[in-house]
Amino acid sequence: MRQIAIYGKGGIGKSTTTQNLVAALAEAGRKCMIIGCDPKADSTRLILNRKMQNTVMDMAREKGTVEDLDLDEVLLTGFKGIRCAESGGPEPGVGCAGRGVITAINFLEENGAYGDDTEFIFYDVLGDVVCGGFAMPIREGKAKEIYIVTSGEMMAMYAANNISRGVLKYAQSGGVRLGGLICNSRKTDMEFELISELASKLGTQMIHFVPRDNEVQRAELRRKTVIDYAPDHPQADEYRELARKIADNKNFVIPTPITMDELERLLMDYGIMEKEEAA
Amino acid sequence: MIKIKDHNELFNQPDYQAQFERKKEFERPWPAEKVKEISDWTKTEAYKELNFKRENIKINPAKACQPLGAVFCASGFDGSMPFVQGAQGCVAYFRSHLSRHFKEPFAAISTSMTEDAAVFGGLNNMIEGMENTYTLYKPKMIAVSTTCMAEVIGDDLNAYIKTAREKGAIPEDLPVPFAHTPSFVGSHIVGYDNMLRGILKALSEGKRGEPNGKVNIIPGFDTYTGNYHEIKRLMTLMGIEFTLLADVSDTFDSPNTGEYKLYPGGTPLPDAMDAVNAIGTIALQKYSTVKTMDFIQKEWGQKALTLSPIGIKNTDAFFAELSKLTGKPVPAAIEEERGRVVDAMVDSHPYVHGKRFALVGDPDQLLGMMSLIMEMGGEPVHIVCTNGDKHFEAEANELLASSPFGVNGKVYAGKDMWHLRSLLFTEPVDILIGNSYAKFLTRDTGTPLIRIGFPLFDRHHLHRYPIIGYQGALNLITMLVNTILDELDRSTIDTTSFDVIR
Repeated sequence: MRQIAIYGKGGIGKSTTTQNLVAALAEAGRKCMIIGCDPKADSTRLILNRKMQNTVMDMAREKGTVEDLDLDEVLLTGFKGIRCAESGGPEPGVGCAGRGVITAINFLEENGAYGDDTEFIFYDVLGDVVCGGFAMPIREGKAKEIYIVTSGEMMAMYAANNISRGVLKYAQSGGVRLGGLICNSRKTDMEFELISELASKLGTQMIHFVPRDNEVQRAELRRKTVIDYAPDHPQADEYRELARKIADNKNFVIPTPITMDELERLLMDYGIMEKEEAA
Repeated sequence: MIKIKDHNELFNQPDYQAQFERKKEFERPWPAEKVKEISDWTKTEAYKELNFKRENIKINPAKACQPLGAVFCASGFDGSMPFVQGAQGCVAYFRSHLSRHFKEPFAAISTSMTEDAAVFGGLNNMIEGMENTYTLYKPKMIAVSTTCMAEVIGDDLNAYIKTAREKGAIPEDLPVPFAHTPSFVGSHIVGYDNMLRGILKALSEGKRGEPNGKVNIIPGFDTYTGNYHEIKRLMTLMGIEFTLLADVSDTFDSPNTGEYKLYPGGTPLPDAMDAVNAIGTIALQKYSTVKTMDFIQKEWGQKALTLSPIGIKNTDAFFAELSKLTGKPVPAAIEEERGRVVDAMVDSHPYVHGKRFALVGDPDQLLGMMSLIMEMGGEPVHIVCTNGDKHFEAEANELLASSPFGVNGKVYAGKDMWHLRSLLFTEPVDILIGNSYAKFLTRDTGTPLIRIGFPLFDRHHLHRYPIIGYQGALNLITMLVNTILDELDRSTIDTTSFDVIR
């Protein structure tokens, strides 16, 4: 059983990318599970073809305590047998979403949600590693590999570097390793080269460059992955390729995060900052 | 000589009484009639219905929090220092709570997390705490649990402990088991379970070897030191070699030699490490050992039995299974003990028969007491278990259904002592069984209280007498029948029935 955590800047397309690549794995006959670690609970919508109604925390709130929850209330099965659970959590501005993630993962583990035949468990984790709760999926005994979704935009790269710093801490004390960057293209200048270079500076690889395509948007509107909605579309093949690369990946490293200065220099080397200044 | 008055006497002096009267002017209390009116209303059926609809508040819950159970468990190993990652006040509470019950000092470490630790995480507190603990107190083991604060911010104990080792705060080979014990779920029995599983996991790693022919006994969250001495006596009588896992008897019941010992005893670590090689494990409580027993069954591949020997039937089952597990017969001495206790039951049962009981406490202790009471012909009527779950509720209902004396019994899992207060008014009983906090129910309702459970702050030495095994059954029967007889004396005091023979 491989446990994999997906991190990245908010809005970068973690959930969309994760669901599409898991759909591709499931299509190839692999047994997969997705655990959404985000109070927005939108990590499984494309697999279940609807928004998850019963998040662990919602159910816990309803029942008063997580101890009274039954596993089958919060563990649903979607596209090609993919098992889905969402931690859920508070509305923005109140409570503690990180604790929600801890509670949910503990509940799922203790109640045997992971099963014996599951090959891949994906944790789709909110934004940055902002508190102890959001590092829960990469604690010892859980996810051993991490992929960071990024794009050629500066703040996405900045976040990727920051996350690497978080991973570094856990890599030193635990066994977690960085498996690569997934570039979810925003069609910025020299994006492929830039992310490849960032990856090499972080000591890792750009495992796949997912081109931007509106088919993803069209599928999402129908609450589906591209694999489900348009299996013959070239974009579906991109996700299949990403899934294959992750399944075959052997390149796991302790990341070597860079400084802010180095990151800015990188952008200048690829002529992006200069060009903007000139314009 | 100055006479020092204690507060029982002091506040009855005219000065204080006058002061209390004057205070009323500022405190503006309701008139006495109004207070009585409301007080009477809380005794009605209508109030009971409202009370049981209550959702967002617990009043006098009969439970303590997870880390209390964890530090209790951690103190049952030789040279083990309970170490709590979190705020200081929590640990002060565990220590005082245990000290007030046992009347013994109790040592535990807090990492004193404050505001900055809440923001930046408690890693530094852990490292410094470990270093100080190791340097000052020379423990053989540091057993780590957590308070709510560390749990809310998500401190990763496993990673922190590794880092503390790498930084040289503690030696590489010092056992440092850990358990996450958030107080906002579960209770002290869950904390005990988590900590014990953590300790056994850490100590047994890589220790699998030749079978040692011993039986492991896990007492569970058992605050009766008498039970520990009793189980040792019984196992010795049976001629079975055994290991008590978390033997807290020395910690809370050590002889007064005039010298304070920081580590008065407990399960020796080599014995605990060897527990993985036993022929089987018996837990004397079920609900405080769920995860531990699951671990022992799955990871150690051992026969894991839960047998709670409270009452005759349960004790019979304990010896039968123990005999089956080890192939050793039950010796005549134990059979004679049983016979004597059964004789005592026959003597006392006319007074207990048909008496109605209300019980509040931990799940395992309630099940044991219900069983014993029904054996004596008593009727468990209200069974309140704040930290009982749906499994407990089902098991307790099954137990009630197994005896004609259980027909009037009702199980209230998750309810508190204020619920029980309503029940005692609307459906009165003869005897109430609970911990010291239940005395407030006795004050309000007049129901006589037998103090069994935890904590017992206001009576001495009760925890020194066993309540398990046949001897324990005898002690419980003595308490039961004599409380009933005390009450009978009280109610017949000016009548011809105030009899010298009962």
